[in-house]
Amino acid sequence: MNFPPAEKSQPPRTEQIILFRVSGQTFAISSASVQEVRSVDNIAGMARDLPESHLKKVRHSIRRGDRTLYIVNAAIHFGLQPQPASLVFFLRRTRTALLIDGIEKMTTMTRLQALSHAFQGEERNWYRGLTALDQAVVPVVHPEGFLSLEELTLLETAQTSADTRSASSDNHGAQLQ
Amino acid sequence: MTAATETAQQSFVLLRLGERRFALPASQVAELVAPSRVFRFPHKSPALEGVILRRGRMIALCDIAERLIGKRLDTRRFNLLATRKYERQLDWIAIPVSGECELISAEMMDASSNDSPHVDGWISHDGEVIEVLRLSALTPGPVETLLPAPLRDFAEARS
Repeated sequence: MNFPPAEKSQPPRTEQIILFRVSGQTFAISSASVQEVRSVDNIAGMARDLPESHLKKVRHSIRRGDRTLYIVNAAIHFGLQPQPASLVFFLRRTRTALLIDGIEKMTTMTRLQALSHAFQGEERNWYRGLTALDQAVVPVVHPEGFLSLEELTLLETAQTSADTRSASSDNHGAQLQ
Repeated sequence: MTAATETAQQSFVLLRLGERRFALPASQVAELVAPSRVFRFPHKSPALEGVILRRGRMIALCDIAERLIGKRLDTRRFNLLATRKYERQLDWIAIPVSGECELISAEMMDASSNDSPHVDGWISHDGEVIEVLRLSALTPGPVETLLPAPLRDFAEARS
C-alpha cells in the first residue's frame, strides 16, 4: 500500500514591519510600504506651504520626481496630541509623506488579525488589522488610509492654488508641522 | 417535568452589572476571565475602550453598563467573553461585569414590541424577572435590521 507523501509543514507567513511612534502611541507599517525614510530637517527646504488646504492634517506638499506628495501629520490624522515630528515616511504607491515622531524598531509579524466588526469608525480605513508583539497589541496601518480620494481632490485644488501663487512669489522652505 | 417543558428550557448565563442582573444565552458566552491589560489605540468607535489579548486573540472590549444601568462600573471583577454574529462572521467581544456569573436553565419569554431593542426576552429566576440581552443592540457593529421575533427565527433558520 502506498501512503501519500507526508505534507511538509508550511512555515508561518511572515511580514517585515516597522514599528513607529506617534504621540506616544506605537503603530506598525509593512516595511514594503515605506519607500524612503528621511529626517524632517532634511526635507524642510523642499516642502511647500499649502495655505488653502482644508485639511488640518496636511499643511505642506513636496515634489518628488514628477509627483506631488502631501505631507500628512500622523498625530492629527489619528486625533492625537501633535508633538514635533522628526521623521518622514514616503509611502510607496501613495501620495502620502507621513510625519512621525520616530522609529522604534523593525521586526516581523506572523499574524495579522482583522479588526473586529465592533470597530465601525474611520479606523476601518486606517488599519489593516492588529498584531500581537511581545504581549502587546499594535495596530497595523493601511498606507492608503491616510488620504481618501475626497481628501486628495481637495488637496489637488489647494495645490493648484498654491502653484499659481508661487508663480509670483517663491514660498519653498516651509517649517514642517 | 414534562417533555414539552424540558424542550422549552434554555441555558443562560446570569451576569451582574452593579446591583442588577442580566442574562445572555449560554450559547453566546465563551469564557469568563479576570480583567487584563486593555490595549488602547486611536479609533472612532466611542463605545469601545480598546482590545484585550486572550490566548493570542485580540478581543474588543465594550462596557455595556452605562447603557443598561446608567453608569460605568466602579469595579470590574471579570470580563465576560461573548460571541457576536456579524452577518456570517462570528466575532468575540469582551464585556466587563461586576460579579460572579451563574449558569441557569430557564424558559424565555419573547420580548414584546414595547421592550427596548436590547431586550431579546425575559426569564424568571429566584423571584426576579431578568432581561435577556441582545448583544447586537448593545455593542457596535454593522447595522442590522431588527426583525420581529418570528421573522428573525425564520431568517436564522435559513442562514
